Amino acid sequence: MTETHVPIVENILSANDRLAEQNRTVFDEAGILAINIMASPGAGKTSVILQTVQALSPQLRIGVVEGDTTAVTIDADKVKQAGIPAVQINTGGSCHLDASMLREALSQLPLEHLDLLIVENVGNLVCPAAFKLGTHANVLISSVPEGDDKPYKYPRIYRGIDVFILNKMDLLPYLEFNMDYFSKGVEILNPQSPILPISCRTGAGVHLWLEWIARRVQVQQSRLAAHGSIS
Amino acid sequence: MHELSVTQSLLDLSTRHAQKARARRVTRLNLVIGTLSSFVDDSIQFYWDIISRGTVCEGSQLKFHRIPAEMVCLNCSRSYRLDCELMPCPDCHSAEVKITSGDDFRLDSIDIEP
Repeated sequence: MTETHVPIVENILSANDRLAEQNRTVFDEAGILAINIMASPGAGKTSVILQTVQALSPQLRIGVVEGDTTAVTIDADKVKQAGIPAVQINTGGSCHLDASMLREALSQLPLEHLDLLIVENVGNLVCPAAFKLGTHANVLISSVPEGDDKPYKYPRIYRGIDVFILNKMDLLPYLEFNMDYFSKGVEILNPQSPILPISCRTGAGVHLWLEWIARRVQVQQSRLAAHGSIS
Repeated sequence: MHELSVTQSLLDLSTRHAQKARARRVTRLNLVIGTLSSFVDDSIQFYWDIISRGTVCEGSQLKFHRIPAEMVCLNCSRSYRLDCELMPCPDCHSAEVKITSGDDFRLDSIDIEP
């Protein structure tokens, strides 16, 4: 029997990508900047979020989505205690957030009353990279104790990042961490993205992050005002 | 990583197109995977053999076409291919390089019996 060749040329992750685009439209229509914070477990995602809400709220109206693999609300509780609306996603064991999980969480937030939505992804330096959420910017938090070779070993997640936070700089004197080697690895993958060295514990450098995020929110709001709220 | 769920997406995608083309069965799927993509061929094949049973794709062959990552140097404009770990420009050694392709994972075409 003769075979027929049927051209398709379709991305296999297109179902998630389509949902991500829908999430993006929801953010733009609500006038929100949404960011996706990724990192290894313990690098400082929640700490950075707490620093952000403490400094920038209530001038910036912030909402948070927390992703974890089990039914713990440890991170969402900390954010709520700071007076910020937060939704906890239990991924049921899945090692990353995807666009459909985020969409469900969005229905529990007062989106029309937010300027900034921070999504804290599951602590994982591998899987979140492959699953778009529809957020406007990707943030990767590295920490000094993880070592300076992570950009080389985990290029998939180190690529396509808008801003890098290097946390736990207060530990630099006690560890072997070659800043040039680390920066070079980051630069090869993202020539234009800044690296912000901070310490959430001492507060050193945190203003660099706060300035970046505040400016980015402004850029988003100007963009939406110029083009109308539908992207 | 996550080969089962992408294999499921692959099955949904190819079944949809096979139905549109009114295929009796699918004989081959032509996949393109970039070297920077994190999917493992053998794992996909393993799951495919299991989940395609009883569908229009049963017995079909998966053909993997691996494509190397393509880089371009933002400093001297040289383009080069990458087979292994990331490296700076082989000409001017600048680290200001951009990946132009390499993490594709797509279904290019299917071969069917009509």
